[in-house]
Amino acid sequence: MSSSANKKAIQALAETISKKVEHFNKKEVECLIWRFNALLEAQKHSDGSVSGLDRNQFKVVLHNLFEMTDDFIMDRVFRIFDKDNDGFVTVEEWIQGLSVHFWGTLDEQKRYCFHMYDLKGSGFITRDDIFLLLKDSFHLRLEEEGREDDYQDEQDEINELMEIVLKKMDHDKDGRLSFQDFEKSVKKEELLLEAFGSCLPNFRKKFEQQVLEKQQDE
Amino acid sequence: MGVSLSKAAQWTTFSPDASKLKSTPTNEALLKEILTFVEQIGSQHPQEADFTFEAPLQWRTTVVTSDLKSDYHIRDSTAWSHETDSREAPPLLTPFTVRVRSLGQLSMLIQAAEDKKLEEVQACLEGNRDFLVKILGPRIASQLLEDGAYADVESLKEDFWNGCRAPPWRQAQGEICYVVIESVDTGSLNVTCCTAGVFLNGVGGPGALFISNSRKEFILNSAAGVTLWLLLFHTYIMYIHSVTCRLRDCCSFRKTSSKATLAELSSETSSESEEEEERPEHQPESDFYLSSEFLQIKKLVKYLKKGDQKVTLLMLCCMLDLDLTQDSCNLAIRDEGGLQFLLNLLDTNEDKCKIGALKILIRMSRCVPIQRSMEDMLGVRSLVNNLDSEVTKVKALAAETIANVANFPRARRTVRQSGGIEKLIKLLDCFLKSQKKSDHLENMEAARCGALALWSCSRSTKNKKAICSAGGIPLLGCLLTSSLESMLIPVVGTLQECASEESSRITIQSKDIIKNLVKNLRSNCTDLQIQCSMALFKCAEDTETRDLVRKYKGLKPLVELLNNTNNKELLAAATGAIWKCSISIENVLIFQNDKVLESLAGLLTAQPEEVLINVAGALTEFLQVPANKAVIRKCDGIKPMIQLLLSTNQALLVNVTKAISACATDRENMKIIDELDGISLLWSLLQNPNPEVQASAAWAICPCIGNSKDAMRTVLSFQGFGRIPDLLMSTNNEVLASICAVIAKLAKYKNILATLTDLGIVSLLTKLTNTKDDRLRHHLSDAICHCCQFANNTAAFGEAGAVEPLVRYMKSEDILVRQSATMALFQLSWDPNNNLTMLSRGAVKVSCV
Repeated sequence: MSSSANKKAIQALAETISKKVEHFNKKEVECLIWRFNALLEAQKHSDGSVSGLDRNQFKVVLHNLFEMTDDFIMDRVFRIFDKDNDGFVTVEEWIQGLSVHFWGTLDEQKRYCFHMYDLKGSGFITRDDIFLLLKDSFHLRLEEEGREDDYQDEQDEINELMEIVLKKMDHDKDGRLSFQDFEKSVKKEELLLEAFGSCLPNFRKKFEQQVLEKQQDE
Repeated sequence: MGVSLSKAAQWTTFSPDASKLKSTPTNEALLKEILTFVEQIGSQHPQEADFTFEAPLQWRTTVVTSDLKSDYHIRDSTAWSHETDSREAPPLLTPFTVRVRSLGQLSMLIQAAEDKKLEEVQACLEGNRDFLVKILGPRIASQLLEDGAYADVESLKEDFWNGCRAPPWRQAQGEICYVVIESVDTGSLNVTCCTAGVFLNGVGGPGALFISNSRKEFILNSAAGVTLWLLLFHTYIMYIHSVTCRLRDCCSFRKTSSKATLAELSSETSSESEEEEERPEHQPESDFYLSSEFLQIKKLVKYLKKGDQKVTLLMLCCMLDLDLTQDSCNLAIRDEGGLQFLLNLLDTNEDKCKIGALKILIRMSRCVPIQRSMEDMLGVRSLVNNLDSEVTKVKALAAETIANVANFPRARRTVRQSGGIEKLIKLLDCFLKSQKKSDHLENMEAARCGALALWSCSRSTKNKKAICSAGGIPLLGCLLTSSLESMLIPVVGTLQECASEESSRITIQSKDIIKNLVKNLRSNCTDLQIQCSMALFKCAEDTETRDLVRKYKGLKPLVELLNNTNNKELLAAATGAIWKCSISIENVLIFQNDKVLESLAGLLTAQPEEVLINVAGALTEFLQVPANKAVIRKCDGIKPMIQLLLSTNQALLVNVTKAISACATDRENMKIIDELDGISLLWSLLQNPNPEVQASAAWAICPCIGNSKDAMRTVLSFQGFGRIPDLLMSTNNEVLASICAVIAKLAKYKNILATLTDLGIVSLLTKLTNTKDDRLRHHLSDAICHCCQFANNTAAFGEAGAVEPLVRYMKSEDILVRQSATMALFQLSWDPNNNLTMLSRGAVKVSCV
């Protein structure tokens, strides 16, 4: 495909996608497609033609562009972006995901984050979910001394921590966080939006400058 | 005593850590003291060593039978003491457990522990929290505690709801109880138990302690006995203390505990010294350390420090729910290491954690001791660094925290030295330049916080200069166009502070700034009105500013502010602005359309000094207009002014005497001043140590002498002029000039002049003639001129050498000096010798030029 034809195809694609998404204009969508294709190019190099970013490549992107570090969370982000669960994030899923989740309104972001932490899709963030989300936050002791007692201590500490968190966020006192609980907590303190792990881009401004604004000039 | 001690003992059972002695420097020092004491019991106090305990002290030990010397019966790993007569008695030592029945045994066993002596003492204390009961038996123990104080306890119980022996305000000082211990030969011992130890209240010499009940007698008749008892008390109370007030251990307690050494205990240390100890910060009530809030703080800080950033963020959010308006909470967070951790977060790249930490720090930094701690922990520097953050919200929060912390000079200095002033000004600039709508609100908030911080910082003189030289004032001026009160108050506040520096004032006195200050005088917000008035007060020293205030119709709103008689701060600011504006006579004329003089006269009574100073200052200016001299009389303003002469505020005295001086040029007014004996009051102000007061009182005396019919009588009866020779030796030129003016007036009365001459005034005046101060030269020549009227003063001045300098005065640029010098020389020329001097010094030549 010649470069001008390629450009035209991308413009047409941007046209269609920009009608479906809210927070990007056509120009920005075009930039995002260019960026996506560049990322795909890097991946193709190793395993032939594919329809989208695979899990690993996607995680690399999250890390490089948005400075995410938590592997567990990045897995979750992938699963939420990959709407059809086929193991690949396509260009449309990519732009949709960025639009709704990363560039979304506060309400959209609340829903996205809640969904992120609701590990089993039960509609609630349960004690088990919180346990899984927080368990890695205490790993030092086990490695250092490796005693059985310490393992127990660590369990106790995580439990105590969970009690503190539930006391703070579980407004209806049913032992789990409903979306209403979550929403109420975030309303009171916006920092709780990413209570159980950073899942929103850290430097949106930087990304905007690098991807959305810069490429417009080209 | 018993009541409070047993209460104290009950407290400890609430605490989960009650069974352990906390490892603090205090407790360690204490253990060492006990150890030294116990080791020496056998050799130094054999009598006490043999005393058998009511029940054995028992604890888990590391001493084994092989450690013991031959003084014991040993079988396998069990040992009995020789002192025990019967083998049926329980063994002293079984594996891991020891039972001690006397101080002697205790001493020997501890010594057997070799290098683990300290641990043994600690284990002993921990295992026998009720050792007083075990040693003495429950009855004596409680009797000891109740004895001699029982009646008092009952009466105190009625006085104090909690039934504690020490009254609540003494408890706040750390005192627990007072005990009276009956002793055989020295009478009663008064002992104060407080958290820092046990102190004898002024008892001389060692005495015997005698405690008895019907069944048993226990006598300790030596200094060591007293010491032992005090030590036991001491230990006991320390122990309670260590559990309930663990936090206090780390701060103030460390300081006071040094007093409680054994040596001091056996001598006398009164509880008074405890009072004298400076307490720089209020310590939380010890109850606080048992509260659920404290436990919550402990938990939160623990996980805050322990977890990764995810957990840290969660904990930060939880900490925001704490009641951070309470000093006890803030101090607890600090003492648990939370404050340092929060400040450390500022040096990371975790923006979300930073925002959380800053939100907490903003609230904590309203607490004064925390402000100091933050500076001590180098937090101010970190805050300043965050003013450069890429995230606007971080900048705003950091600036707001700085606004709180910069409440004391050292923090303000750090802000300046770490480049904070420039960065704060940049926040203002950013907002003024920001065009994107999306960022507008965020940038405005950052600018508001920046202005708040600048306002705090501008309380230091060097910072005022720094703000000015970094170009902050024009930017603040631009922000004045804002309509937001929360923005305007800190902006005007900063301008107002900076206006006390002359260099800044020049920049502030621009058209637009004055215009906007005037505009905001009409704001609905009192705080803003106060700041604007204060800014005008400082700026209107300058003629142009006074004209601008008039041009922008700022006089009327200032007058309206006088109606707010309830808000004294506003009243002081408004009267201040009126005072300075009335320095321009055009402004006085406009003010008089609104009868401001009458309003001001009404403010001469029942107002705080800040208001009175400004009112008197304004009246002085108003009275420069001749017509107003009658007005002040008609509205009864003179009497309150005279009464203010009795004030002790020096700034007020200066202004009031000036106002009276302006009044006294009117004869009708002078009648009233005479009636009120105002001249005597003015004369007595010459005794005031402040030269400014002396001078302005002397200036006020001048017109009084001229206009008063019975000035002579007053002066003579008061003998006030006896002070004149002293004042002529002042080093302050203004004082000298004013006194010379008074002398010139007084010299008109022959009998007073005679007295003055007797006081040696001729030589005193002559000594002053070498001055270069034209104002002094003028009044000095005047005084000399008038003094020549008496007897042979003319010749005396000549002999003293006054002629020659006066001839030199003729070359002065100041016409007043030349005029009065001419008059003086004319008087002096009546003496032929003086003429010769004048001729030789070229006076004729000079005066002909």
